[in-house]
Amino acid sequence: MNSNDIKPVPTSQVDASCRLPLLALLGGSALWLVLGLLLELTASLQFHAPGIFSCCPWMTYGRVLPAANDLLVYGFAIPTGLGVMLWVVARLGQVELVLPLVSFAGANVWHLGVFLGTLGVLSGHSTGYAWFEYPRVAAALLLPAFMLVAVSAVAAIGQRRIRDLYPSHWFFLASLLWFPWIYSTAFVFLLVWPVRGVAQAVIDWWFASNLIVVWLSLVGLGISFYLLPKYSGRPLEGRFTALFAFVTLLLFGSWLGIPQGAPVPFWLPASSILAGLLFSVPVLVVAMVFFRTVCGAPDGCKGGPFCQVKFGTAAFILSGIWTVVQACPQFAHSTLLTTFDLGRIHWQIFGFFAITVMGAFYELFPRVMASPLPLPRLPRFQHWFFISGALVLAASLAVAGLQQQSADFILAKILPALRASSLGWTLLFIGSLIFALNVFIMTILWAVGIIKTVVGAIKAPLTVAEVKP
Amino acid sequence: MKNGFSVFCVVLAALGLSWMGLVLGPVLQLGHESLTTVLNSTDPYPIQPAGAATLGLQVYKANGCAACHTEQVQQDGVVCNVVLSSPGLHPDEVSNLLSQIDLNGLTDQEASIAAAKIAAVGGKTEIRVASTGGDMSRGWGLRRSVSADYLYDQPVQLGSVRIGPDLADIGTRQTDANAILAHLYEPQSCTAGSLMPSFKFLFVTRKVQGSPSPDALALPQAFAPPDGFEIVPTQDAKNLVAYLMNLHVNVPLYEAPFTPSVAANK
Repeated sequence: MNSNDIKPVPTSQVDASCRLPLLALLGGSALWLVLGLLLELTASLQFHAPGIFSCCPWMTYGRVLPAANDLLVYGFAIPTGLGVMLWVVARLGQVELVLPLVSFAGANVWHLGVFLGTLGVLSGHSTGYAWFEYPRVAAALLLPAFMLVAVSAVAAIGQRRIRDLYPSHWFFLASLLWFPWIYSTAFVFLLVWPVRGVAQAVIDWWFASNLIVVWLSLVGLGISFYLLPKYSGRPLEGRFTALFAFVTLLLFGSWLGIPQGAPVPFWLPASSILAGLLFSVPVLVVAMVFFRTVCGAPDGCKGGPFCQVKFGTAAFILSGIWTVVQACPQFAHSTLLTTFDLGRIHWQIFGFFAITVMGAFYELFPRVMASPLPLPRLPRFQHWFFISGALVLAASLAVAGLQQQSADFILAKILPALRASSLGWTLLFIGSLIFALNVFIMTILWAVGIIKTVVGAIKAPLTVAEVKP
Repeated sequence: MKNGFSVFCVVLAALGLSWMGLVLGPVLQLGHESLTTVLNSTDPYPIQPAGAATLGLQVYKANGCAACHTEQVQQDGVVCNVVLSSPGLHPDEVSNLLSQIDLNGLTDQEASIAAAKIAAVGGKTEIRVASTGGDMSRGWGLRRSVSADYLYDQPVQLGSVRIGPDLADIGTRQTDANAILAHLYEPQSCTAGSLMPSFKFLFVTRKVQGSPSPDALALPQAFAPPDGFEIVPTQDAKNLVAYLMNLHVNVPLYEAPFTPSVAANK
């Protein structure tokens, strides 16, 4: 197909075509973000008052924590990532989004799955596998839901007017293939035909690390590689460099996750150590692309989405360095089974991913809805709440982790650091409320607008032509 | 990469490689692992847990105990300790020699040299293998956990963060069911300042009817129910305790050897 055969579509029309699926994906995920952070706060409250939920099984730490973590990843991160991805591929292809109803349906099934999963975990039906706690019914819904959205995204990529793939396309295509693969592997080997013994743990680690390190990085970097050149007003520096970052991220990132000292054959943690050290390659290359594209850009960031995407991408580099440092055998040994790794995971989710997609969100949402943000001053505050929250959270968990082993795992000695993480959750929670406020007001205004149009159409006086027989 | 097909091939190769390495590999190697035997004996290991313990694992899983507790003992290495079993005919010479040489924390070779020296003056010795590491000094296990320990667990609850102590060997450390129940009911009653949430929802407080129930918890005065009432564990709580008391890392295996003390042999 020659691109000249197709009439170019105005940008506003491209944006408008994404409206329905994006509202479903992002609106739901904003709700899950608020709820997930509320549950994280509930869990961390128990570091201050351990007996507080003694009579309420639904609120006990061991149930609330996985429910909250899953809400943040499955409820917030994945649908938001998918939503932003749909808009970026439509924009890159300069075509209207294909099959919007399919992705709309997918988004709703996804949210239903997250809802059932959260209920399942809170009511004590967790599967017991970290980052894969949703019971079978809910887990079974997520896979087809993802596929529906993925079909829409792949179709949009297929329809693109500019035939050469842009680097963001590689990252998105990979993420669309990656998730079904890792998720179905975990589903089959853990829930349908569970394997015996510690092989379960190995598969769970592999899945969780591929989800949090690889999947989130693929989507987050795909988004930032699209937005950074737009904002900085110069092309992405080095297509080949980006390709190198892409391939090495896939090759080395996918082998991470098996902790050292685990009761498994030694070659498994050893291969993760090697992959962790080699992970420095994609991190360095992304840093190179980032600095070359952004440094000395004619327009600085003035508190807008550019700032957020820039911060998010820089946070990826920090998260990558954290991964590499943690792979060093000596260091890993002194932080084994502590909260140190938890700090890295939350930094990856909030510092890098959430802040990047939020920048993209403030960029796309007013365009997609064809009206300005109802509260345009709030995003700046939200950004600062998220930055400070993510920093406090990651730092407190890291400090607690560094103290833990020398404190002989006696909790009282690391309690101040652990309690400081509650402050991080509080800041993130306030930020999420500010974020959700804009989303919800916008959605309500849109719904009211539609109702008004329909009512107006019904109430409109009949035209002369219709009255005549 | 200008078209989708090349991207597809790259992803397929990268993820396929990792899948074969970290999914297929472990499944083939560990998925069909069978029973092993205790070192220097024909006793099979592990022993299939009783029904209550199997059900208890489900309670452990449902309440997310693994959010704070791990079930994996870590180990740095092994050392040999030379222990004198009989001073022989020249105790003075032996004790003189003992004050001159190191007997603990030796390598395999050093230990046999030390044993030979003592044997030369007529003393009889035994070389005992012991695991070393933070967990051993904390008393959390006698050896590291190995894959065979989890053969009957479904799901395997290794955990990843130690907010509380490791539980892989809790059944050896704590042999009193009532103490575990009291700890679950109100952690503060056992450890002042404990941060463990209390699991009162696994217990029922009821009026004593006739004679008190034999299951009733014995709690310190400050935590005891009012007169005429008793606290009894639900079936879930009993199962959970059965599961915890069944957690042991106290027998030597081929891949994690140590010399058991005489008491543990019995």
